[in-house]
Amino acid sequence: MTLLYAFVGAGTVGCGLYMILSRNLVRMLLGFSLLATGANLLLFLAGRVRSQQPPIIVDGEQRLGEAADPLIQALILTAIVIGFALTVVMATLVLRAWRQSGSIRAEDANAAEAMGAPPKPGNEA
Amino acid sequence: MTDALLLIAPVVIPFIGAAIAMLARKQAALAGATGLVTSLLLAIASALLFRRAMTSGSTPLTLFGNWPQGMGLSFSATLPGVALVMVTALVALAAAIYAPVDIGPRRRRAGYDPMMLAMIGAVNGAFLTEDLFNLYVWFELALLCAIGLLTLDRRPAQVHAAIRYAAFAMLGATFILLGIGMIYGITATLNIHEAAAALAQSPPSVASATAAALLLGGFALKAGLVPFHLWLPASYHVAPASVTAVFAGLLTKMGFYALLLIFAGLFGTASGSPAAAQMVPLFGIIAAATMLVCVAGALAQTDMRRLLAYHVIAQVGYMMAGLAIATREGVAAAIFYMVHSIIVQANLFLGAGLIRRASGSWDLTRTGGMVRHDPLFAALFAVPVLSLAGIPPLSGFWAKMIVIRESLDAGIAWIGGVALIAGLLTIVSMATFWSDACWKDTPGQRIRRVPRTGLGAMALLSAATVLIGLFPQGLWAVTQQSARMMEMGR
Repeated sequence: MTLLYAFVGAGTVGCGLYMILSRNLVRMLLGFSLLATGANLLLFLAGRVRSQQPPIIVDGEQRLGEAADPLIQALILTAIVIGFALTVVMATLVLRAWRQSGSIRAEDANAAEAMGAPPKPGNEA
Repeated sequence: MTDALLLIAPVVIPFIGAAIAMLARKQAALAGATGLVTSLLLAIASALLFRRAMTSGSTPLTLFGNWPQGMGLSFSATLPGVALVMVTALVALAAAIYAPVDIGPRRRRAGYDPMMLAMIGAVNGAFLTEDLFNLYVWFELALLCAIGLLTLDRRPAQVHAAIRYAAFAMLGATFILLGIGMIYGITATLNIHEAAAALAQSPPSVASATAAALLLGGFALKAGLVPFHLWLPASYHVAPASVTAVFAGLLTKMGFYALLLIFAGLFGTASGSPAAAQMVPLFGIIAAATMLVCVAGALAQTDMRRLLAYHVIAQVGYMMAGLAIATREGVAAAIFYMVHSIIVQANLFLGAGLIRRASGSWDLTRTGGMVRHDPLFAALFAVPVLSLAGIPPLSGFWAKMIVIRESLDAGIAWIGGVALIAGLLTIVSMATFWSDACWKDTPGQRIRRVPRTGLGAMALLSAATVLIGLFPQGLWAVTQQSARMMEMGR
């Protein structure tokens, strides 16, 4: 089971990396989303899949017995939220770039390299 | 209780300021005032925290929600973090004083103040936290604010630069997340000190090596180390000068601080653990490549912001050299370099912004005449320029000298040699920069007056540089204690 998880996680990360290397900004965006999902799967694995018992101390006991690790699940929950937020910000940037230049090819997103127009200081309001 | 308040103040004050500035976004003057007042309060709070950390025997520590240690998140006033929080406050204050020069009402309405303050808060959070996952979260928060600040004007160049920056940063963040997950898998804790203790006892394994590689890759990307440096000169330069100054001062150093925390603190490179001994030669190669490649890159540029962006990374190379020395003094040298570099880099970008205002161009071939038109500016600007070049008695001289001396002491003289060569090239680059911008006269050029508030901000940072330069022993003592704390864990 652990091995299956590992392969699925690694496969997802691999697919994500492949899509990030694409020359299409939307594919790159989806690649980042996929990469985050793969990372979360692997994170789940790093916390060890030991038991499906919830981490609740049984009545009359002092210690938690064999149970799922709650901390790693909290981590993944946070990581999912952060991944969503970053994907949305990235999507906004890609949308902006598309509106400005009418292209989602990564080669066209190079206005920063062409050093033509530096930002005007201050009083341009 | 007071300890807890002092500890969270450097994070909470900027966040409250950001919330107020967000509400006051439409009134540009009010938002600007909020930014300035918040930065002032932050400077006071961080100075108090620094005094508390220096004078008391015990290290202030706070555990949120009173969870047992290791379960809850904790902030602690360990030394390099607290010293860096104080330098951060200094840079934030200088940027807030400088802001009226190049942040007009339009950029204020676009949200300059809330995002800048939130970013400062996130940087401080990363400097104070003791929890690995919390560190990752602060990095992401700083990234989100940085993307917002990069795209203030929504011009195509800025959007494209932000795409580049976001793509590289997200890739780095994923590797960091995986590395942290693996560390948790090995040690079953996220607290840096407990994880360090657990790692020291467990034998080196494939898992710990993979975790180290992932964390090195991720944070090296954030710090801009070669070969992960290409995104930085391609994306930093499109933002307004005060934003770039804060980026150059803080963001790469935040990445390097995390590297220091992970490798000196967690894996114990300075205390000669066998696992760490395998990584240290790699650090030396990365440091040498970063110094040489990026100084060479800087020599090829004529655009002021790109030139300085390359120097930002080259300076991180010197810090990496400190880490590569793998002694406690080497770590102390890296921290000394970090403090010096944060102040100087921010100052240089502020100066470049003022030159742009005076002469109307970012291109060095079209600037000039600052000495004749504004000798005060030329003198103030000479301080960071000479300090970066490493001319005594400024802070850069001591920082470089300590790195080179420690590399000789530790018996890896070649790193010191590379640092010397890179230092020589830095002198060439900085001398050309200053003489092109200040000394040279360009015929038929109109030079405008430099705003005085901008000079005030530069004076603040230049004074700090001169102070460190004149009294380096104080900072050296602090950084040595920092290196000890990093190794021992409080």
